[in-house]
Amino acid sequence: MAAHEKKDWRFKIAHREAWIGVGLVLFNFLWWFGFAYGLGSKPVSDYQYIWGMPAWFFYSCIIGSLIMIVLVIVVVKAFFKEVPFEEGQEEEKS
Amino acid sequence: MNWDVVIPLLVFLLFIFAIGFWASRHIAAKSNFLQEYFLGSRELGGLVLAMTMIATYGSASSFVGGPGAAYSEGLGWVLLSMSQVATGYFVLMILGKKFAIKARQYKAITLVDYLKGRYNSKAVVLLSAVSIIIFLFSAMTAQWVGGARLIESLTGLSYTSALFIFAFAVIIYVIIGGFRAVAVTDALQGIVMFVGTLIILVGTIIAGGGMGNIMSDLANENPNLVSPFGHDGSLTPLYVSSFWILVGVGVVGLPQVAVRAMSYKDAKGMHRALIIGTIVVAFMMFGMHLVGVMARPILPGIEVADSVMPTITMEVLPAWLAGVVLAAPMAAIMSTVDSLLLLVSSTVVKDVYLNYVNPKATRKKVKTMSFAVTALLGIAVFALALSPPDLLIWLNLFAFGGLESAFIWPVVLGLYWAKGNKYGAMASIIAGVASYSIIHNIWPEPFGMHTVTVPVLLSFLSYVTASLLTARKAASLS
Repeated sequence: MAAHEKKDWRFKIAHREAWIGVGLVLFNFLWWFGFAYGLGSKPVSDYQYIWGMPAWFFYSCIIGSLIMIVLVIVVVKAFFKEVPFEEGQEEEKS
Repeated sequence: MNWDVVIPLLVFLLFIFAIGFWASRHIAAKSNFLQEYFLGSRELGGLVLAMTMIATYGSASSFVGGPGAAYSEGLGWVLLSMSQVATGYFVLMILGKKFAIKARQYKAITLVDYLKGRYNSKAVVLLSAVSIIIFLFSAMTAQWVGGARLIESLTGLSYTSALFIFAFAVIIYVIIGGFRAVAVTDALQGIVMFVGTLIILVGTIIAGGGMGNIMSDLANENPNLVSPFGHDGSLTPLYVSSFWILVGVGVVGLPQVAVRAMSYKDAKGMHRALIIGTIVVAFMMFGMHLVGVMARPILPGIEVADSVMPTITMEVLPAWLAGVVLAAPMAAIMSTVDSLLLLVSSTVVKDVYLNYVNPKATRKKVKTMSFAVTALLGIAVFALALSPPDLLIWLNLFAFGGLESAFIWPVVLGLYWAKGNKYGAMASIIAGVASYSIIHNIWPEPFGMHTVTVPVLLSFLSYVTASLLTARKAASLS
């Protein structure tokens, strides 16, 4: 069982995709945090506004979400591989 | 009674029932009753998977409590809510394919089944089953109270009759339709939530005279409302960031979310769900919380936070459209409650009854048990919700935090760290739940972070330490 598990080619793909998830969430956090508190820590009277919203809010919450959506789409289309989930099909590829 | 508002809600309820009946036909047709009833025979496609994850997770707090908090705190609370965008992709990427494959290998139908397959330990099974039953029961009660309050405020019915309608609707379709009914109604409810958010967002911006106008009204009232620091400057970066654990990455440890990560059909469905989920959750969380903030200049002086959302909807939209939008929080609550009800029921039937009480139960017996336990649980929650505890968000977050501290490491490290063993899992669950309960009661928000942070850390340390300390013993036994 243990040896079989190590050799299962599907897990290599699964592990890589999990690390991609960790990377995405770190990037997401840094972007969110950086713009919110980088631009938002000024006195409110010095705020710049974009489309009527404070710049920190616009970049952190709106652009940040849009970037995450685009990144998820790109990552899934470019790096995620389809693998079978049922047993007994795993010898077909590899 | 305001019929313009009530009619869309009634139509919505009828649809839900129709789905329940449709799903019950599947239950009769499938040979594996348990797998169909509690997991929909692992046949979910991308859209339904994405929607059921978001709808299960997005609850009364996203549609009622959250906008209420945003109303009093300002844009800082919208910023906080955006930590939830991570749930759209993180859960499915982390649990991902490995969880789906392992769950099939173990023939797991519940999260506890998975833990049983991974750790092979009666103690782990019982500990996790008990924590699920206790915590999710309190979460469910909080949600039912929210649902009934909402019906009460929309229709003018008494709280008791509102609760009765809500309970009756949910119990019926969950009992007859099982997981498939829950997932498909979740998809419908998710779409209702999405469309509702869009309508109310646009309506509120127009009613406030445009975004620029609303923001300058807010800044004139109190400049802090347009800063990231909350109305009195008390939302520190550390505190807001700690919500990334509670409502962002920690969601991986929620059983009602994790069980969905074993219900999808194939990798293609999962890929689609990742994309759809991220888009929908980002838009919904952003829209609903921003509406809460923008409601402030339009309708100043709302005292009860939970009534912000219904009040602003009735104010800025024509009545029939308000009915459509108000079906959204209704949908959010129902879609959470139905999943919790089914999950607690599966824990009782599959994890406790079939594992330890009567492993040889016949198919017919299991079927009767499943229906009966679901019904009994529903009635018990109804009884509890009749004299409800006051703080909706509090109870709900208590359950979330407690479950996350208990399960995040046994699930995640169980998947990816070969050295993790049952002693680690036990230590982790005990340390997580105990420290969460203690810190929550005697030392809330330690070091200015949300209560969940320290327990999650402690449960990680317990898992790793206990696994390493017992590694030699476990190796010599096997």
